[in-house]
Amino acid sequence: MELLDFLTPSSELSANGGPEDHVVLSSRVRLARNISGVPFPGRAKKASREETCESIKPPISKASAMRGGFSAGMGDLKALDKQLLVERHLISREHAAKGGGSALVLNKDETLSVMVNEEDHLRMQALLPGMQIKQVWQKIDRFDTSLEKKLDYAFDASYGYLTACPTNLGTGIRVSAMLHLPGLVLTDQVNQIVQAVTKLGHAVRGLYGEGTEALGHIFQVSNQMTLGESEADIIERIHKVVLQIIEHETNARATLQQGKPKELFNHIGRAYGVLANAHIVSSKESMNQLSLIRLGVKLGMFEDLETSVVDELFLVTQPAHLQQLVGEKLGGEERDVRRADLLRSRLNGMQGPKVSE
Amino acid sequence: MKCCQPDCENEATVHLTEIVNGQMKKIDLCEECAKDKGVTDPQGFALADLLLGLGASSEMESVSGELECPTCGFTQADFKKTGRLGCSTCYTVFAEPLEGMLKQMHKGTQHVGKVPKALRAKLDITKQRDTLTEQLQKAIDLENYEEAARLRDQLKELESVGSAEEAS
Repeated sequence: MELLDFLTPSSELSANGGPEDHVVLSSRVRLARNISGVPFPGRAKKASREETCESIKPPISKASAMRGGFSAGMGDLKALDKQLLVERHLISREHAAKGGGSALVLNKDETLSVMVNEEDHLRMQALLPGMQIKQVWQKIDRFDTSLEKKLDYAFDASYGYLTACPTNLGTGIRVSAMLHLPGLVLTDQVNQIVQAVTKLGHAVRGLYGEGTEALGHIFQVSNQMTLGESEADIIERIHKVVLQIIEHETNARATLQQGKPKELFNHIGRAYGVLANAHIVSSKESMNQLSLIRLGVKLGMFEDLETSVVDELFLVTQPAHLQQLVGEKLGGEERDVRRADLLRSRLNGMQGPKVSE
Repeated sequence: MKCCQPDCENEATVHLTEIVNGQMKKIDLCEECAKDKGVTDPQGFALADLLLGLGASSEMESVSGELECPTCGFTQADFKKTGRLGCSTCYTVFAEPLEGMLKQMHKGTQHVGKVPKALRAKLDITKQRDTLTEQLQKAIDLENYEEAARLRDQLKELESVGSAEEAS
């Protein structure tokens, strides 16, 4: 099957925002696992990588959780397909760069995915919309347990699950939540929050993970330490931190509404004005303006604009999704024009933001 | 004072101090390296990462002689270059130089949490065996031979369960 025939339509994917979706866009847990006695992918020769990939892939795709799913070698996917998967957070940018000897297995509703031979032999993740940190952990835990019967995991009594990078050693777990924090950015509090969260031993990153910019006021919070602390404790700590950030963000939004309403409405009104009327829009600009429109929707300023539409636009204005929608390969400048066309057509018929004076 | 980055001869003008778990850590950087490491941009900068990186390389250097993994041929130099290990055996080979680094990086150096089911029974038996052996020694020291006999029987039983599991 072609990847494009398999993937859930963007509108359907954005239809359900999940709990606390005014701040939490998605929750994710990934586990790193390796096969005992086999060199890690970074060290293995190509032939050995291919052999490992061929032996790991069948037990994963045959797992009951993967029924009706999709699997493909990274060498068999087109560059645009890979980019689509990155934009949906189903593979890492590093994995997108891989070819033969690496693979991807995806379940039917894209909530479960396994990268074979990324940095580790297996990188499996569960992804759900909104604040569902505990649910994603249960989901990936069950899946991992079902796999351990068929795969001989590299495990050490004192070091736990052995991983290519010592930073993932032990539980091999990375728990993360994708947060929309326009209120904290607009009130200049986000740096304080980032510092506090970092002090607690967690990492804060941009939209696409390590080393990326916080476009669209979107931040990823995740655990750093993986050894010496149980999965349950790590989950609990991140859960608490995220709840606190939700509270701060909610307060920041209320402060803006009460203390600086004109400034806030100006931001949102301008964002809508630009996206509903512009003819050239870069993906950076569209993310940042859509972020403000999303804030407006959540503050009840739009009569007929739903969060799901804004979230869908977030996704379909990304370069690969845009090209898929248009049905042809586009250069950067053409993309900016087609992105503007798409945004205008979706936003122009809607009622603009209203302010109750 | 010179910049603390390897291969950098510039004068250090950026000095950072952080206290982690009561331990004070200092780094001194020249302006260029500071910019390079994102130190001047408070949002993108994590002192911990920087310290981990520096700590890691000095930690690995402190062990004399070049270690090499017999399974995958990975060397300390490879580790320093990539920050990754080559295979599961590497963790045994590089255990000593890794120890300090793991201490800095993680909450502890003993895994707590999920264990594959197949290994769980085995690990439990090992743990029980250790506890029983300890208790047995104590009983003998106290000349409590009745207790010692009971513990010895328990140990025997455990050994037979363990070997039966291994055989299956």
